[in-house]
Amino acid sequence: MSRFIIPLGLFLVLVAFLAIGLSRDPHEVPSPLINKPAPAFQLPQLKDPTKTFSAQEMRGKVWILNVWASWCVACRDEHPLLFEYARTGAVPIYGLNYRDKREDALAWLGELGDPYVLSASDTDARVGINYGVYGAPESYLIDRNGVIRFKQIGPITPDVWEKTIVPLARELNK
Amino acid sequence: MKDAVLTLLLLCAFAFTVSGQEAKPLADDPELEKRLANLAKELRCLVCQNETLADSQADLAQDLRAQIREQMKAGKTDKEILAYLTDRYGQFVLYRPPIQPTTYLLWFGPFVFLLAGLLVLFRYVKHRRQMIPEAPLTNEQRRRVEEILKEREKPA
Repeated sequence: MSRFIIPLGLFLVLVAFLAIGLSRDPHEVPSPLINKPAPAFQLPQLKDPTKTFSAQEMRGKVWILNVWASWCVACRDEHPLLFEYARTGAVPIYGLNYRDKREDALAWLGELGDPYVLSASDTDARVGINYGVYGAPESYLIDRNGVIRFKQIGPITPDVWEKTIVPLARELNK
Repeated sequence: MKDAVLTLLLLCAFAFTVSGQEAKPLADDPELEKRLANLAKELRCLVCQNETLADSQADLAQDLRAQIREQMKAGKTDKEILAYLTDRYGQFVLYRPPIQPTTYLLWFGPFVFLLAGLLVLFRYVKHRRQMIPEAPLTNEQRRRVEEILKEREKPA
């Protein structure tokens, strides 16, 4: 009997490793920007390109930068949820329209509604690259000092919103 | 008639080979393109993670290649460009992970397993050898051995 204990133990260790490994999403690459200052940018606003929006002007506020695009399928899933989140007033949500054509972006918002305080146009993806964006939607929770405190890769699920973002925002707003 | 059809078919075939030429590099500087291609081989495309930045046709990979090209034109060294990318995308963007404390397990893990395997094998073999004790010959066996050896010694 005892001769089976070691192989069985090794097998269980292997199972544990595989169970952890397989339940993790390989597409979620941890961002090195967590707890680092959010890269500065100044971009034209989507709805009124004569006005600009910059990360610097958000100093003193806790806010979310949500990266979206009209070509992004998962953004479409996330979109109705953003309305709900915005309605709670817990954190203002700003959009970064990433690698998109202005007309397409405006048409998308026209069709589905606009949950954002405002969106900035990152047409050539320069700001996106600075933020380490590799797939929309991605969301950054930025604190009053302009430091990124949390990054959500993929849609913000109600679970993430309620259990992570809202408590963290409350903490940061203290 | 048959020849004409054949010629036509051949022409069609050639038409395709002609259209299937390689895409022109965006920059005209072949030296820089070579540098870019070499560096892109060291980088991972984050959209299709098993592809290098050089192989990937994803939009992000194209953006990143353009970004690298721009930085090369601005005179940045390869090292600076790699630092720029790892600052934004993390170490994962490097196709060959660097040897550092967080990757020790990755680099040396296989050797640890090899060593552990050898140790197990060694102990097992040693254990087995002990299981088969060298039994001394009985008197009867010894007598027979001597008999056989004597027989051999005799010339036939």
